[in-house]
Amino acid sequence: MARMKFLCDADRCIECNACVTACKNEHEIPWGINRRRVVTLDDGKPGERSVSMACMHCTDAPCAAVCPVDCFYTTADGVVLHNKDLCIGCGYCFYACPFGAPQYPKTGNFGTRGKMDKCTFCSGGPEADGSKEEYEKYGANRLAEGKLPLCAEMCATKALLAGDGEVIGEIYKERVETRGYGSGAWGWLTAYNDKAS
Amino acid sequence: MTRISAAVRTIVGALALVCAIALLTPAASTAQVNPNAAAVSEEQLLNQSDVIRGLGTIPDTKSYVLEHPAGREWRVFRTVWLKWIGGVSILGMLALLALFYFWRGTIHIDGGRSGRTIVRFTAFERFVHWLTAAAFVILGVTGLNITFGRALILPWLGHGAFSAWSEWGKYAHNYLSFAFTVGVILMFPMWVGQNFPTKADVEWLKTGGGMFSKGHGAPAPAWKFNAGQKMLYWFIVLGGAAMMVTGYVLIFPFYGGLTVGDMELAEIFHGGIGVLFVALILAHTYLGTLGMEGAFESMVDGTVDVNWAKEHHPLWADKEMAQQPLAGGPGLVTSTPAE
Repeated sequence: MARMKFLCDADRCIECNACVTACKNEHEIPWGINRRRVVTLDDGKPGERSVSMACMHCTDAPCAAVCPVDCFYTTADGVVLHNKDLCIGCGYCFYACPFGAPQYPKTGNFGTRGKMDKCTFCSGGPEADGSKEEYEKYGANRLAEGKLPLCAEMCATKALLAGDGEVIGEIYKERVETRGYGSGAWGWLTAYNDKAS
Repeated sequence: MTRISAAVRTIVGALALVCAIALLTPAASTAQVNPNAAAVSEEQLLNQSDVIRGLGTIPDTKSYVLEHPAGREWRVFRTVWLKWIGGVSILGMLALLALFYFWRGTIHIDGGRSGRTIVRFTAFERFVHWLTAAAFVILGVTGLNITFGRALILPWLGHGAFSAWSEWGKYAHNYLSFAFTVGVILMFPMWVGQNFPTKADVEWLKTGGGMFSKGHGAPAPAWKFNAGQKMLYWFIVLGGAAMMVTGYVLIFPFYGGLTVGDMELAEIFHGGIGVLFVALILAHTYLGTLGMEGAFESMVDGTVDVNWAKEHHPLWADKEMAQQPLAGGPGLVTSTPAE
């Protein structure tokens, strides 16, 4: 089984936000929730870089460790998913997550959060693959259809890569060698304890 | 012909010159501008601060934080440290109380019951106490569930039932926090006058309040509250204030520009003080019920036996008896000046 990972090549990302839009459209994500976002560092200065960030599907996921109701699980593909029927909306996964991935719909007064929502690596949730329930709660299950996450699939500059960690790591390494520079695979050290270059 | 040979000479000469330059500067092909020269690297940014922040294009400004690996330190607090602090303080307190009970047993009224009582707590004082206490029990149980439930209750209830219980627990914890807040806010002015340290407290502390000697010596001096109770009072007021502040930060997440780091800090204090609170209240509950004869009724009908008052709060008892009409029948062990 492949170990699925994301890799954002910041030297290629042009901050077009197509990945963000594609994700929102593919999964019918409600207003106020962004499973993926683009953050620009040193905006307007020399060396400006943009990074597209979502759940990195960590090897030793902090969200899963701190969850008081144990609603997370890791699939055979190494994707970190959660069960919305179990989530109590405590918000702890957001505190623990190094990438700010968990999002919550505001459902009540004060800070009442609804069920947590995050990137599923386009692979749904615990419900039957491709079922209506799965789609409503987690969005499309592209992995079950043999497709990779849409954000990376439609990235115009192929800055965002998604797939077997070894394959995308090799692609990135080759790029860095060919062009002679690379500002690193953002988040890899934190998420996978690994540098891609 | 001569023009052609001249042109060839020029071209060959130019090529030779280019080759010579290329040979003389072997790095010329890679000497192009490195577009990455000014670019930041992840490692460099993480060494500078514990958060990598940039600019985004969506209204949620929290999302402008690209990375925040410090969350992993909070994870260690939550999954390791808090469990140890809570486990050691709560189980340790239970063990100490059990040992104390087996060694000392229930502390009886030495002189027996006189059958006459004096008022110790007014209806309002009892109301405030039980409001705070009832809210505390629910807050304590539901709070401990968030930290220890997954390890202790989940395997026994199963995922579905445990989540349902935890979600209700979360709501109870959030909403009953207001009852607890009201209780502590009322308790502060209500008893603050009787909780400032006095000379008697030094005496009381020297003998441990007589708790650790089985002999029936002279009672340790105390006014309405002894030194131990005063410490408990100040812990409840100050610790309660800390629990309220951190708790409301957690109920109103990210309000007023709070960052993830602030939220984590609030949780660290809320959890850490919370487990100590539970441990202390266990001791308070023990001494108010099983541990001491004649104490619990002061929080039921508000009165205590006169002999109990003389043995545990002698200074207060003398003062009160001079002012209060005694209720009850004969049998009073007196030390009044008339004798």
